[in-house]
Amino acid sequence: MSDKALEIENLYVSINKSIILKDINLNLDKNDFLAIIGPNGGGKSTLLKTILNLIRPDKGNISVFGKNPKEALNIIGYLPQNTFFDLNFPINVFNVTLMGRYNGLFKNYTQNDRKAVINALDEVSMLEYKDRQISELSGGQMQRVFIARALAREPELLLLDEPTASVDPKMQKSFYELLLKLKEKMTIILVTHDVGVVCEYVDKIACLNHILFYHGIPEGSADAIGKTYNCPIDIIGHGIPHRVFKKHE
Amino acid sequence: MLELLQYEFMQNAFIAAVLVSVACGMVGTYVVVKKIVSISGGISHAAFGGIGLGYLIGINPIVAAIPFSIFSALSIGFINKRIKISEDTAIGILWTTGMALGIIFINLSPGYAPDLFSYLFGSILTVPDSDLTLMLILDIVIIIIVFLFNREFIAISFDEEFSKTIGIKVEPLYLLLLCLVALSVVVLIKVVGVILVIALLSIPAAISMQYTSSINKVMTFSVIIGLVLNILGLWLSYIFNLASGATIVIILGLTFIISSLITKYW
Repeated sequence: MSDKALEIENLYVSINKSIILKDINLNLDKNDFLAIIGPNGGGKSTLLKTILNLIRPDKGNISVFGKNPKEALNIIGYLPQNTFFDLNFPINVFNVTLMGRYNGLFKNYTQNDRKAVINALDEVSMLEYKDRQISELSGGQMQRVFIARALAREPELLLLDEPTASVDPKMQKSFYELLLKLKEKMTIILVTHDVGVVCEYVDKIACLNHILFYHGIPEGSADAIGKTYNCPIDIIGHGIPHRVFKKHE
Repeated sequence: MLELLQYEFMQNAFIAAVLVSVACGMVGTYVVVKKIVSISGGISHAAFGGIGLGYLIGINPIVAAIPFSIFSALSIGFINKRIKISEDTAIGILWTTGMALGIIFINLSPGYAPDLFSYLFGSILTVPDSDLTLMLILDIVIIIIVFLFNREFIAISFDEEFSKTIGIKVEPLYLLLLCLVALSVVVLIKVVGVILVIALLSIPAAISMQYTSSINKVMTFSVIIGLVLNILGLWLSYIFNLASGATIVIILGLTFIISSLITKYW
């Protein structure tokens, strides 16, 4: 297995003929914790979906631990930005998490899969809720279950798309502490708007607005960046101003 | 009630009720949780085209309905994913075109179509042995497909986007699910007719979902509820001399209302 957790070279992606990602290059080592920030429509989710083989790139290369995205599905855990599902769906927490263990047609879930689910639920402190129907959970608890579903794959690379959007502010701290714990075991990419908070926890930061600016280790101390909470874009500045919102056409 | 079973047509009706319950309980559960009730309605009405075709070329209309409803299931699934019109519109087009074809085919076929009504509104009391055999075979196919692909069907019903990221081929499995609906429509036609099929594919599962949060239990309950209510409906229709398909559907509807009130206010 390659040492590089993720290598992206000259990646171009377009959707409906408009270019979303342009010449993206990115390298991550094992156990890196990267935050990608950037405006809405800047291509953050598209980048994650391309890594997940949901979107085919126009050109360029992606390699996850030396595997192409299609082969890498088994070692990637993913938390989508929004999970649209019917609250009345007749399923409990355990069985939602068990879906994370899916491993191909005609392969029934084994005792091992069940163990992995128990561990994943334990990791996100949701084990005591395992028999609850999914609609009986709060927004934050549901988010934890969906993280457990990603963790149940025992991934090497964890992709989180706006994970704190539906979590109330009080819960965010414990959520990020959970990610710090997970970082010991895997590489994490977190896509977020939440620049101020995220700088306290991540190792590396990148801004994405069709083009990716990689900043490596967040500049200055966490405190200094924390102060930039209101207008983080200028502080991370590198000569090219980012726009928080897209320019009007 | 037991003495009714002396009559052969009653025996057949009971067997038909059992066979129908299996299809409507298992497939109906997916129909409800995947929210494809309207699509299933479209498929069942389009199946009428197959029935008309059967009359025209002189084969058992139920047999002709099999390829026809599978074809309409595949085309609705395909249109849905590939062509830019809303699902709603696709259903409307398929629903009416299928029925219209059926009417034209029957126009074109020589003579008079005596039991046409039974295909529209069902006639559980006149199911011949040959149709029972066909229903049994279709039931077995349905059970095998459910057994093999249950995990995938649950996953794509719950969260299609995530299913893709764990390597589930969402589109072919969705089409397979629609084919499963098409097969159950064929099983149900003789009992309630193309117009009322959708009641059997939705109501038993909707009732079951009020009592359990496990999809496998929903399936089991739906089969049992379907069986009990079908037989109750059949019996009442015999006693009061009412149309059997319609009586069964009314019993299902009433049970749903009562069950909703019980779960809400108990």
